[in-house]
Amino acid sequence: MYPHVHHRQDQPILDVHKLSLRYDGHMALEGISFHLHVGERVAVVGPNGAGKSTLFKLIAGVLAPTSGQVSVYGSGPRGHVCIAFIPQRSQVDWRFPVNVADVVMMGRSAKLRPLTWPGKHDWQLVREALRTVELGDLEKRQIGQLSGGQQQRMFIARALAQEAELMLMDEPLAGLDAPSQEGLLSLLARLQEKRVTVMVATHDLQQAAQYFDRILLINQRIIAFGMPEQVLKPQTLVQAYGGRLRLVDGEMGMLAMDDTCCEGGEEHEHAH
Amino acid sequence: MLIDWLAEPISYPFMQRGLAAAILVGVVCAVVGTYVVLRGMAFFGDALAHTILPGVALGYLVSGGARDVLFWWALGTAIFAALGIGAVSRNTRIKEDTAIGVIFAGMFALGIALISTARSYAVDLSHFLFGDVLGVSNQSLWRMAIFGGLVLVTIFMFYKEFLTLSFDPVLAATLRLPVGVLNNLLLVLIAVTIAVSMQTVGVALMVAMLVTPAATAYLLTYRLPVMMALAAGLATFSGVVGLYLSYYLSIASGAAIVLTATVIFFVVFLFSPGRGLVWSKGRV
Repeated sequence: MYPHVHHRQDQPILDVHKLSLRYDGHMALEGISFHLHVGERVAVVGPNGAGKSTLFKLIAGVLAPTSGQVSVYGSGPRGHVCIAFIPQRSQVDWRFPVNVADVVMMGRSAKLRPLTWPGKHDWQLVREALRTVELGDLEKRQIGQLSGGQQQRMFIARALAQEAELMLMDEPLAGLDAPSQEGLLSLLARLQEKRVTVMVATHDLQQAAQYFDRILLINQRIIAFGMPEQVLKPQTLVQAYGGRLRLVDGEMGMLAMDDTCCEGGEEHEHAH
Repeated sequence: MLIDWLAEPISYPFMQRGLAAAILVGVVCAVVGTYVVLRGMAFFGDALAHTILPGVALGYLVSGGARDVLFWWALGTAIFAALGIGAVSRNTRIKEDTAIGVIFAGMFALGIALISTARSYAVDLSHFLFGDVLGVSNQSLWRMAIFGGLVLVTIFMFYKEFLTLSFDPVLAATLRLPVGVLNNLLLVLIAVTIAVSMQTVGVALMVAMLVTPAATAYLLTYRLPVMMALAAGLATFSGVVGLYLSYYLSIASGAAIVLTATVIFFVVFLFSPGRGLVWSKGRV
Protein backbone atom coordinates (compact mmCIF):
# COMPACT_ATOMS: atom_id res chain seq x y z
CA MET A 1 0.00 0.00 0.00
CA TYR A 2 2.75 2.48 0.93
CA PRO A 3 5.62 2.21 -1.61
CA HIS A 4 9.28 2.77 -0.74
CA VAL A 5 12.04 2.79 -3.36
CA HIS A 6 15.70 1.96 -2.90
CA HIS A 7 18.40 4.60 -2.90
CA ARG A 8 21.15 4.53 -5.50
CA GLN A 9 24.16 5.81 -3.62
CA ASP A 10 26.01 6.74 -6.84
CA GLN A 11 23.32 9.38 -7.54
CA PRO A 12 23.11 12.80 -5.83
CA ILE A 13 20.59 13.01 -2.99
CA LEU A 14 18.75 15.69 -4.93
CA ASP A 15 18.90 16.49 -8.62
CA VAL A 16 16.48 19.10 -9.94
CA HIS A 17 16.34 19.36 -13.72
CA LYS A 18 14.62 22.17 -15.69
CA LEU A 19 11.78 22.28 -13.18
CA SER A 20 8.81 24.51 -14.07
CA LEU A 21 5.38 25.00 -12.57
CA ARG A 22 2.61 26.94 -14.24
CA TYR A 23 -0.11 27.96 -11.81
CA ASP A 24 -3.28 29.92 -12.59
CA GLY A 25 -1.87 31.02 -15.94
CA HIS A 26 1.49 32.34 -14.74
CA MET A 27 4.85 30.71 -14.18
CA ALA A 28 5.40 30.14 -10.46
CA LEU A 29 8.78 28.55 -11.16
CA GLU A 30 10.69 28.33 -14.40
CA GLY A 31 13.68 26.26 -15.52
CA ILE A 32 15.08 25.46 -12.08
CA SER A 33 18.15 23.17 -12.26
CA PHE A 34 20.63 22.34 -9.48
CA HIS A 35 21.85 19.39 -7.46
CA LEU A 36 22.86 18.81 -3.84
CA HIS A 37 25.35 16.52 -2.15
CA VAL A 38 24.69 14.46 0.97
CA GLY A 39 25.01 16.47 4.18
CA GLU A 40 24.95 19.91 2.56
CA ARG A 41 23.21 22.83 4.23
CA VAL A 42 21.63 25.16 1.70
CA ALA A 43 19.73 28.39 2.35
CA VAL A 44 17.01 29.27 -0.15
CA VAL A 45 16.47 33.02 -0.34
CA GLY A 46 14.39 35.31 -2.50
CA PRO A 47 11.59 37.86 -2.15
CA ASN A 48 8.04 37.01 -1.10
CA GLY A 49 6.30 35.12 -3.89
CA ALA A 50 9.64 33.98 -5.34
CA GLY A 51 8.39 30.38 -5.13
CA LYS A 52 10.39 29.04 -2.18
CA SER A 53 7.50 27.09 -0.61
CA THR A 54 6.41 25.93 -4.06
CA LEU A 55 9.92 24.68 -4.84
CA PHE A 56 9.95 22.69 -1.60
CA LYS A 57 6.56 21.14 -2.36
CA LEU A 58 7.74 20.12 -5.83
CA ILE A 59 10.90 18.57 -4.37
CA ALA A 60 8.82 16.75 -1.72
CA GLY A 61 6.52 15.41 -4.45
CA VAL A 62 3.45 17.06 -2.91
CA LEU A 63 2.92 19.13 -6.06
CA ALA A 64 3.52 17.84 -9.59
CA PRO A 65 5.62 20.04 -11.91
CA THR A 66 4.33 21.28 -15.27
CA SER A 67 7.65 20.18 -16.78
CA GLY A 68 11.08 19.02 -15.67
CA GLN A 69 12.06 16.46 -13.05
CA VAL A 70 13.08 16.05 -9.46
CA SER A 71 15.28 13.02 -8.71
CA VAL A 72 16.14 11.84 -5.23
CA TYR A 73 18.94 9.27 -5.29
CA GLY A 74 18.18 8.69 -8.96
CA SER A 75 14.38 8.35 -8.92
CA GLY A 76 11.29 10.57 -8.67
CA PRO A 77 10.29 11.95 -5.25
CA ARG A 78 6.93 10.19 -5.01
CA GLY A 79 8.40 6.83 -4.13
CA HIS A 80 10.53 8.24 -1.32
CA VAL A 81 9.66 8.58 2.34
CA CYS A 82 13.07 10.09 3.18
CA ILE A 83 12.00 13.67 2.40
CA ALA A 84 10.61 15.76 5.26
CA PHE A 85 8.74 19.00 4.73
CA ILE A 86 8.75 21.12 7.86
CA PRO A 87 5.84 23.57 7.68
CA GLN A 88 5.77 27.22 8.66
CA ARG A 89 4.44 27.58 12.18
CA SER A 90 1.58 29.76 10.93
CA GLN A 91 0.30 26.82 8.82
CA VAL A 92 -0.23 24.52 11.82
CA ASP A 93 -3.36 24.10 13.97
CA TRP A 94 -1.74 24.46 17.40
CA ARG A 95 -5.01 23.67 19.22
CA PHE A 96 -5.17 20.18 17.70
CA PRO A 97 -5.54 17.65 20.56
CA VAL A 98 -2.09 16.03 20.35
CA ASN A 99 1.02 16.19 22.53
CA VAL A 100 4.65 16.42 21.45
CA ALA A 101 5.19 12.65 21.37
CA ASP A 102 2.01 12.18 19.26
CA VAL A 103 3.29 14.59 16.62
CA VAL A 104 6.76 13.05 16.49
CA MET A 105 5.21 9.57 16.24
CA MET A 106 3.33 10.74 13.12
CA GLY A 107 6.72 10.67 11.40
CA ARG A 108 6.64 6.88 11.84
CA SER A 109 3.33 6.50 9.93
CA ALA A 110 5.09 5.61 6.71
CA LYS A 111 7.45 3.02 8.20
CA LEU A 112 4.59 1.31 10.02
CA ARG A 113 2.61 -0.96 7.77
CA PRO A 114 -1.14 -0.33 7.39
CA LEU A 115 -3.21 -1.67 10.30
CA THR A 116 -0.22 -1.86 12.64
CA TRP A 117 0.50 0.12 15.81
CA PRO A 118 3.77 1.70 16.99
CA GLY A 119 6.06 -0.82 18.67
CA LYS A 120 9.02 -0.61 21.03
CA HIS A 121 11.43 0.32 18.24
CA ASP A 122 9.19 3.22 17.13
CA TRP A 123 8.92 4.63 20.65
CA GLN A 124 12.69 4.30 21.00
CA LEU A 125 13.22 6.32 17.82
CA VAL A 126 10.72 8.95 18.96
CA ARG A 127 12.43 9.36 22.36
CA GLU A 128 15.85 9.48 20.71
CA ALA A 129 14.65 12.14 18.25
CA LEU A 130 13.23 14.20 21.11
CA ARG A 131 16.52 13.96 22.99
CA THR A 132 18.44 15.07 19.89
CA VAL A 133 16.37 18.26 19.69
CA GLU A 134 16.46 18.70 23.49
CA LEU A 135 12.74 18.19 24.07
CA GLY A 136 13.16 14.95 26.03
CA ASP A 137 11.28 16.19 29.09
CA LEU A 138 8.41 17.81 27.15
CA GLU A 139 7.05 14.76 25.32
CA LYS A 140 3.71 14.89 27.17
CA ARG A 141 3.20 18.64 26.64
CA GLN A 142 0.29 19.83 24.46
CA ILE A 143 1.78 21.38 21.32
CA GLY A 144 0.10 24.77 21.79
CA GLN A 145 1.97 25.24 25.07
CA LEU A 146 5.40 25.08 23.45
CA SER A 147 7.45 28.18 22.64
CA GLY A 148 8.10 28.99 18.98
CA GLY A 149 11.59 27.51 19.08
CA GLN A 150 10.34 24.34 20.76
CA GLN A 151 7.58 23.97 18.16
CA GLN A 152 10.15 24.19 15.39
CA ARG A 153 12.42 21.64 17.08
CA MET A 154 9.46 19.29 17.56
CA PHE A 155 8.99 19.20 13.78
CA ILE A 156 12.69 18.48 13.30
CA ALA A 157 12.28 15.59 15.78
CA ARG A 158 9.34 14.38 13.68
CA ALA A 159 11.58 14.46 10.58
CA LEU A 160 14.24 12.49 12.49
CA ALA A 161 11.64 9.90 13.56
CA GLN A 162 10.70 9.69 9.87
CA GLU A 163 14.39 8.85 9.23
CA ALA A 164 14.43 11.70 6.73
CA GLU A 165 17.64 12.25 4.79
CA LEU A 166 16.50 15.47 3.12
CA MET A 167 14.79 18.10 5.27
CA LEU A 168 13.01 21.03 3.66
CA MET A 169 12.30 23.76 6.21
CA ASP A 170 9.96 26.60 5.34
CA GLU A 171 10.98 29.76 7.21
CA PRO A 172 11.93 27.94 10.43
CA LEU A 173 13.62 31.04 11.87
CA ALA A 174 10.72 33.43 11.26
CA GLY A 175 9.23 34.89 14.41
CA LEU A 176 11.78 33.31 16.76
CA ASP A 177 13.77 35.35 19.30
CA ALA A 178 17.56 35.45 18.99
CA PRO A 179 18.37 32.62 21.48
CA SER A 180 15.82 30.30 19.82
CA GLN A 181 17.34 31.09 16.41
CA GLU A 182 20.80 30.28 17.80
CA GLY A 183 19.51 26.99 19.22
CA LEU A 184 17.94 26.02 15.92
CA LEU A 185 21.03 26.91 13.88
CA SER A 186 23.27 24.82 16.13
CA LEU A 187 20.79 21.98 15.80
CA LEU A 188 21.19 22.25 12.01
CA ALA A 189 24.95 21.80 12.49
CA ARG A 190 24.29 18.59 14.47
CA LEU A 191 22.02 17.35 11.67
CA GLN A 192 24.94 17.77 9.29
CA GLU A 193 26.97 15.36 11.46
CA LYS A 194 24.13 12.85 10.95
CA ARG A 195 24.57 13.36 7.18
CA VAL A 196 21.11 14.90 6.89
CA THR A 197 20.86 17.24 3.92
CA VAL A 198 19.02 20.44 4.78
CA MET A 199 17.35 23.15 2.68
CA VAL A 200 16.11 26.14 4.63
CA ALA A 201 13.97 28.94 3.23
CA THR A 202 14.87 32.17 5.01
CA HIS A 203 14.54 35.93 4.78
CA ASP A 204 17.70 36.65 6.75
CA LEU A 205 20.52 37.03 4.25
CA GLN A 206 23.09 37.55 6.97
CA GLN A 207 22.26 34.24 8.66
CA ALA A 208 22.19 32.58 5.25
CA ALA A 209 25.73 33.76 4.64
CA GLN A 210 26.98 32.84 8.10
CA TYR A 211 25.51 29.40 8.70
CA PHE A 212 25.00 27.74 5.31
CA ASP A 213 27.39 26.05 2.88
CA ARG A 214 25.63 27.33 -0.21
CA ILE A 215 22.88 29.81 -1.03
CA LEU A 216 20.20 29.36 -3.67
CA LEU A 217 18.85 32.76 -4.68
CA ILE A 218 15.59 32.51 -6.60
CA ASN A 219 12.82 34.66 -7.95
CA GLN A 220 10.70 32.34 -10.12
CA ARG A 221 14.01 31.28 -11.72
CA ILE A 222 17.46 30.76 -10.28
CA ILE A 223 19.29 34.07 -9.98
CA ALA A 224 22.43 32.60 -8.41
CA PHE A 225 23.55 29.42 -6.67
CA GLY A 226 26.86 28.93 -4.89
CA MET A 227 29.02 29.95 -1.94
CA PRO A 228 27.59 32.90 0.01
CA GLU A 229 30.22 35.36 -1.24
CA GLN A 230 29.47 34.40 -4.85
CA VAL A 231 25.73 34.79 -4.44
CA LEU A 232 25.28 37.80 -2.18
CA LYS A 233 26.65 40.39 -4.54
CA PRO A 234 24.85 43.69 -5.15
CA GLN A 235 24.08 42.99 -8.81
CA THR A 236 22.55 39.53 -8.18
CA LEU A 237 20.59 40.82 -5.19
CA VAL A 238 19.16 43.73 -7.14
CA GLN A 239 18.24 41.26 -9.88
CA ALA A 240 16.31 39.14 -7.38
CA TYR A 241 14.74 41.77 -5.20
CA GLY A 242 14.54 44.82 -7.45
CA GLY A 243 13.95 47.85 -5.25
CA ARG A 244 12.70 45.84 -2.26
CA LEU A 245 16.08 45.61 -0.57
CA ARG A 246 18.12 47.71 1.79
CA LEU A 247 21.89 47.48 1.51
CA VAL A 248 23.70 48.09 4.78
CA ASP A 249 27.41 48.39 5.51
CA GLY A 250 28.41 45.81 8.11
CA GLU A 251 31.57 44.27 9.56
CA MET A 252 31.72 41.67 6.83
CA GLY A 253 31.42 44.24 4.10
CA MET A 254 28.17 44.88 2.29
CA LEU A 255 25.15 43.35 4.01
CA ALA A 256 21.78 43.05 2.43
CA MET A 257 18.58 43.07 4.43
CA ASP A 258 15.39 41.84 2.87
CA ASP A 259 12.74 44.25 4.08
CA THR A 260 9.78 42.05 3.23
CA CYS A 261 8.37 40.05 6.06
CA CYS A 262 7.43 36.45 6.19
CA GLU A 263 3.71 36.70 6.89
CA GLY A 264 2.74 37.31 3.25
CA GLY A 265 0.05 35.02 1.92
CA GLU A 266 0.99 34.75 -1.73
CA GLU A 267 3.66 32.12 -1.24
CA HIS A 268 1.23 29.72 0.39
CA GLU A 269 -1.54 29.70 -2.12
CA HIS A 270 -0.53 26.26 -3.37
CA ALA A 271 -0.89 24.75 0.06
CA HIS A 272 -4.07 22.85 -0.69
CA MET B 1 -39.01 6.40 44.46
CA LEU B 2 -36.12 7.42 42.29
CA ILE B 3 -35.72 3.80 41.28
CA ASP B 4 -39.36 3.65 40.23
CA TRP B 5 -39.00 6.93 38.41
CA LEU B 6 -36.01 5.55 36.51
CA ALA B 7 -37.41 2.06 36.00
CA GLU B 8 -40.87 2.95 34.75
CA PRO B 9 -39.90 4.06 31.22
CA ILE B 10 -37.61 1.07 30.64
CA SER B 11 -40.43 -1.35 31.34
CA TYR B 12 -41.70 -0.57 27.84
CA PRO B 13 -39.96 -2.47 25.03
CA PHE B 14 -40.20 0.56 22.73
CA MET B 15 -38.29 2.60 25.31
CA GLN B 16 -35.65 -0.12 25.67
CA ARG B 17 -35.12 -0.13 21.92
CA GLY B 18 -35.17 3.66 21.89
CA LEU B 19 -32.48 3.86 24.56
CA ALA B 20 -30.31 1.30 22.77
CA ALA B 21 -30.71 3.22 19.50
CA ALA B 22 -29.96 6.59 21.10
CA ILE B 23 -26.79 5.28 22.77
CA LEU B 24 -25.61 3.47 19.64
CA VAL B 25 -26.16 6.45 17.38
CA GLY B 26 -24.68 8.77 19.98
CA VAL B 27 -21.44 6.82 20.26
CA VAL B 28 -20.91 6.36 16.50
CA CYS B 29 -21.76 10.01 15.73
CA ALA B 30 -19.49 11.25 18.54
CA VAL B 31 -16.44 9.26 17.41
CA VAL B 32 -16.84 10.18 13.72
CA GLY B 33 -17.79 13.69 14.85
CA THR B 34 -14.36 14.10 16.44
CA TYR B 35 -12.88 14.25 12.94
CA VAL B 36 -15.77 16.41 11.71
CA VAL B 37 -14.93 18.96 14.41
CA LEU B 38 -11.13 18.81 14.03
CA ARG B 39 -11.28 19.12 10.24
CA GLY B 40 -13.91 21.88 10.23
CA MET B 41 -16.48 19.76 8.35
CA ALA B 42 -19.61 20.71 10.33
CA PHE B 43 -21.25 22.38 7.34
CA PHE B 44 -20.40 19.39 5.14
CA GLY B 45 -22.01 17.04 7.69
CA ASP B 46 -25.16 19.16 7.94
CA ALA B 47 -25.41 19.38 4.16
CA LEU B 48 -24.83 15.67 3.66
CA ALA B 49 -27.59 14.80 6.13
CA HIS B 50 -30.06 17.01 4.25
CA THR B 51 -28.90 15.75 0.86
CA ILE B 52 -30.10 12.19 1.54
CA LEU B 53 -33.74 13.30 1.79
CA PRO B 54 -34.64 12.78 -1.90
CA GLY B 55 -33.16 9.27 -1.84
CA VAL B 56 -35.11 8.36 1.27
CA ALA B 57 -38.27 9.95 -0.14
CA LEU B 58 -37.91 8.02 -3.38
CA GLY B 59 -37.43 4.78 -1.46
CA TYR B 60 -40.51 5.60 0.60
CA LEU B 61 -42.66 6.18 -2.50
CA VAL B 62 -41.29 3.15 -4.37
CA SER B 63 -41.75 0.76 -1.43
CA GLY B 64 -45.25 2.08 -0.72
CA GLY B 65 -44.49 3.38 2.76
CA ALA B 66 -42.41 0.50 4.18
CA ARG B 67 -39.93 1.79 6.80
CA ASP B 68 -37.42 -1.06 6.91
CA VAL B 69 -36.01 -0.67 3.41
CA LEU B 70 -35.37 3.05 3.95
CA PHE B 71 -32.01 2.38 5.57
CA TRP B 72 -30.62 1.04 2.27
CA TRP B 73 -31.94 4.03 0.34
CA ALA B 74 -30.41 6.36 2.92
CA LEU B 75 -27.09 4.51 2.80
CA GLY B 76 -26.88 4.55 -1.01
CA THR B 77 -27.84 8.21 -1.29
CA ALA B 78 -25.48 9.26 1.51
CA ILE B 79 -22.43 7.54 -0.01
CA PHE B 80 -23.25 8.83 -3.48
CA ALA B 81 -23.80 12.38 -2.17
CA ALA B 82 -20.66 12.34 0.00
CA LEU B 83 -18.37 11.34 -2.87
CA GLY B 84 -20.28 13.68 -5.22
CA ILE B 85 -19.94 16.70 -2.95
CA GLY B 86 -16.29 15.78 -2.43
CA ALA B 87 -15.62 15.69 -6.17
CA VAL B 88 -17.58 18.86 -6.94
CA SER B 89 -15.90 20.88 -4.21
CA ARG B 90 -12.45 19.79 -5.44
CA ASN B 91 -13.12 20.60 -9.10
CA THR B 92 -14.98 23.86 -9.33
CA ARG B 93 -14.13 27.48 -9.66
CA ILE B 94 -16.54 28.46 -6.87
CA LYS B 95 -15.65 28.09 -3.22
CA GLU B 96 -16.26 24.77 -1.49
CA ASP B 97 -18.94 25.97 0.95
CA THR B 98 -20.83 27.70 -1.86
CA ALA B 99 -20.83 24.52 -3.96
CA ILE B 100 -22.04 22.52 -0.96
CA GLY B 101 -24.76 25.09 -0.26
CA VAL B 102 -26.11 24.94 -3.80
CA ILE B 103 -26.20 21.13 -3.95
CA PHE B 104 -27.58 20.70 -0.44
CA ALA B 105 -30.51 23.12 -0.76
CA GLY B 106 -31.41 21.79 -4.20
CA MET B 107 -31.42 18.17 -3.08
CA PHE B 108 -33.37 19.01 0.06
CA ALA B 109 -36.02 20.80 -2.01
CA LEU B 110 -36.24 17.77 -4.29
CA GLY B 111 -36.79 15.56 -1.27
CA ILE B 112 -39.60 17.75 0.06
CA ALA B 113 -41.19 17.88 -3.41
CA LEU B 114 -41.16 14.07 -3.62
CA ILE B 115 -42.63 13.56 -0.15
CA SER B 116 -45.33 16.15 -0.81
CA THR B 117 -46.79 13.82 -3.48
CA ALA B 118 -47.67 11.29 -0.76
CA ARG B 119 -51.00 11.55 1.05
CA SER B 120 -49.70 11.48 4.63
CA TYR B 121 -47.30 14.28 3.76
CA ALA B 122 -46.96 16.11 7.09
CA VAL B 123 -46.47 13.04 9.32
CA ASP B 124 -43.97 11.38 6.99
CA LEU B 125 -41.95 14.54 6.51
CA SER B 126 -41.66 15.15 10.23
CA HIS B 127 -40.40 11.59 10.75
CA PHE B 128 -37.66 12.08 8.17
CA LEU B 129 -36.73 15.52 9.45
CA PHE B 130 -36.76 14.87 13.17
CA GLY B 131 -36.49 11.09 13.50
CA ASP B 132 -38.59 8.65 15.46
CA VAL B 133 -36.35 7.00 18.02
CA LEU B 134 -39.28 5.31 19.78
CA GLY B 135 -40.39 3.63 16.55
CA VAL B 136 -37.13 1.73 15.98
CA SER B 137 -37.70 -1.98 15.28
CA ASN B 138 -35.50 -4.84 16.50
CA GLN B 139 -34.41 -5.51 12.96
CA SER B 140 -33.28 -1.96 12.32
CA LEU B 141 -31.56 -1.89 15.71
CA TRP B 142 -29.42 -4.83 14.62
CA ARG B 143 -28.66 -3.17 11.31
CA MET B 144 -27.61 0.02 13.11
CA ALA B 145 -25.37 -2.01 15.44
CA ILE B 146 -23.65 -3.80 12.55
CA PHE B 147 -23.03 -0.73 10.38
CA GLY B 148 -22.19 1.48 13.37
CA GLY B 149 -19.72 -1.18 14.51
CA LEU B 150 -18.14 -1.26 11.05
CA VAL B 151 -17.61 2.52 11.20
CA LEU B 152 -15.96 2.32 14.63
CA VAL B 153 -13.70 -0.58 13.60
CA THR B 154 -12.57 1.32 10.48
CA ILE B 155 -11.79 4.47 12.51
CA PHE B 156 -9.77 2.30 14.91
CA MET B 157 -7.88 0.46 12.15
CA PHE B 158 -6.87 3.62 10.32
CA TYR B 159 -6.21 5.64 13.48
CA LYS B 160 -2.64 6.71 12.62
CA GLU B 161 -3.50 7.48 9.00
CA PHE B 162 -6.55 9.63 9.83
CA LEU B 163 -4.66 11.39 12.62
CA THR B 164 -1.70 12.24 10.39
CA LEU B 165 -3.93 13.32 7.51
CA SER B 166 -6.09 15.55 9.72
CA PHE B 167 -3.22 17.23 11.53
CA ASP B 168 -0.90 17.77 8.57
CA PRO B 169 -2.04 16.81 5.04
CA VAL B 170 1.36 17.79 3.60
CA LEU B 171 3.09 15.35 5.97
CA ALA B 172 0.64 12.64 4.92
CA ALA B 173 1.59 13.33 1.29
CA THR B 174 5.35 13.25 1.94
CA LEU B 175 4.92 10.00 3.86
CA ARG B 176 3.19 8.73 0.70
CA LEU B 177 0.01 7.78 2.51
CA PRO B 178 -2.85 7.32 0.00
CA VAL B 179 -4.30 10.76 0.77
CA GLY B 180 -7.11 10.71 -1.80
CA VAL B 181 -8.31 7.24 -0.76
CA LEU B 182 -8.20 8.15 2.94
CA ASN B 183 -10.09 11.41 2.37
CA ASN B 184 -12.82 9.56 0.47
CA LEU B 185 -12.89 6.82 3.10
CA LEU B 186 -13.58 9.43 5.76
CA LEU B 187 -16.40 10.91 3.66
CA VAL B 188 -17.91 7.44 3.28
CA LEU B 189 -17.66 6.85 7.03
CA ILE B 190 -19.56 10.10 7.67
CA ALA B 191 -22.14 8.99 5.08
CA VAL B 192 -22.64 5.58 6.73
CA THR B 193 -22.95 7.28 10.12
CA ILE B 194 -25.69 9.53 8.77
CA ALA B 195 -27.58 6.58 7.29
CA VAL B 196 -27.31 4.71 10.60
CA SER B 197 -28.57 7.73 12.55
CA MET B 198 -31.33 8.87 10.20
CA GLN B 199 -34.20 7.06 11.88
CA THR B 200 -33.14 8.09 15.37
CA VAL B 201 -32.45 11.81 15.01
CA GLY B 202 -33.69 12.68 11.53
CA VAL B 203 -31.82 14.77 8.96
CA ALA B 204 -32.44 18.20 10.48
CA LEU B 205 -30.76 17.59 13.85
CA MET B 206 -28.06 15.21 12.58
CA VAL B 207 -25.31 17.81 12.65
CA ALA B 208 -25.83 18.29 16.38
CA MET B 209 -25.14 14.61 17.02
CA LEU B 210 -21.98 14.84 14.93
CA VAL B 211 -20.65 18.09 16.30
CA THR B 212 -21.95 18.91 19.81
CA PRO B 213 -20.53 16.06 21.96
CA ALA B 214 -17.22 16.19 20.07
CA ALA B 215 -17.02 19.96 20.52
CA THR B 216 -17.67 19.61 24.25
CA ALA B 217 -14.97 16.94 24.52
CA TYR B 218 -12.57 19.20 22.58
CA LEU B 219 -12.87 21.76 25.38
CA LEU B 220 -12.00 19.17 28.02
CA THR B 221 -8.88 17.40 26.76
CA TYR B 222 -5.64 17.73 24.83
CA ARG B 223 -5.51 14.14 23.55
CA LEU B 224 -7.37 12.70 20.56
CA PRO B 225 -8.19 9.24 22.02
CA VAL B 226 -9.48 10.92 25.20
CA MET B 227 -11.51 13.33 23.09
CA MET B 228 -13.15 10.38 21.28
CA ALA B 229 -13.93 8.55 24.53
CA LEU B 230 -15.26 11.67 26.23
CA ALA B 231 -17.42 12.55 23.22
CA ALA B 232 -18.87 9.02 23.21
CA GLY B 233 -19.57 9.24 26.95
CA LEU B 234 -21.21 12.65 26.65
CA ALA B 235 -23.35 11.43 23.75
CA THR B 236 -24.46 8.39 25.74
CA PHE B 237 -25.34 10.56 28.72
CA SER B 238 -27.26 13.03 26.51
CA GLY B 239 -29.12 10.16 24.84
CA VAL B 240 -30.28 8.66 28.14
CA VAL B 241 -31.14 11.97 29.83
CA GLY B 242 -32.83 13.21 26.68
CA LEU B 243 -35.06 10.16 26.43
CA TYR B 244 -36.13 10.43 30.07
CA LEU B 245 -36.91 14.11 29.55
CA SER B 246 -38.85 13.20 26.46
CA TYR B 247 -40.82 10.56 28.41
CA TYR B 248 -41.69 12.69 31.43
CA LEU B 249 -42.11 16.08 29.77
CA SER B 250 -43.68 14.77 26.55
CA ILE B 251 -41.30 16.56 24.23
CA ALA B 252 -39.94 15.23 20.94
CA SER B 253 -37.17 12.70 21.67
CA GLY B 254 -34.62 13.88 19.08
CA ALA B 255 -34.96 17.48 20.24
CA ALA B 256 -34.65 16.45 23.89
CA ILE B 257 -31.40 14.58 23.21
CA VAL B 258 -29.91 17.46 21.23
CA LEU B 259 -30.98 20.03 23.84
CA THR B 260 -29.35 18.00 26.61
CA ALA B 261 -26.09 17.81 24.64
CA THR B 262 -26.28 21.55 23.94
CA VAL B 263 -26.79 22.46 27.61
CA ILE B 264 -23.76 20.33 28.55
CA PHE B 265 -21.73 22.09 25.85
CA PHE B 266 -22.55 25.54 27.22
CA VAL B 267 -21.86 24.52 30.82
CA VAL B 268 -18.43 23.23 29.76
CA PHE B 269 -17.85 26.21 27.49
CA LEU B 270 -18.40 28.55 30.44
CA PHE B 271 -16.78 26.60 33.26
CA SER B 272 -14.20 24.16 31.84
CA PRO B 273 -11.02 24.32 33.92
CA GLY B 274 -8.28 26.30 32.22
CA ARG B 275 -10.21 27.02 29.04
CA GLY B 276 -13.76 28.00 30.03
CA LEU B 277 -14.98 31.54 29.43
CA VAL B 278 -15.60 32.21 33.12
CA TRP B 279 -12.23 30.77 34.08
CA SER B 280 -10.28 32.92 31.65
CA LYS B 281 -12.30 36.06 32.53
CA GLY B 282 -11.64 35.43 36.21
CA ARG B 283 -7.90 35.27 35.65
CA VAL B 284 -7.60 38.49 33.69
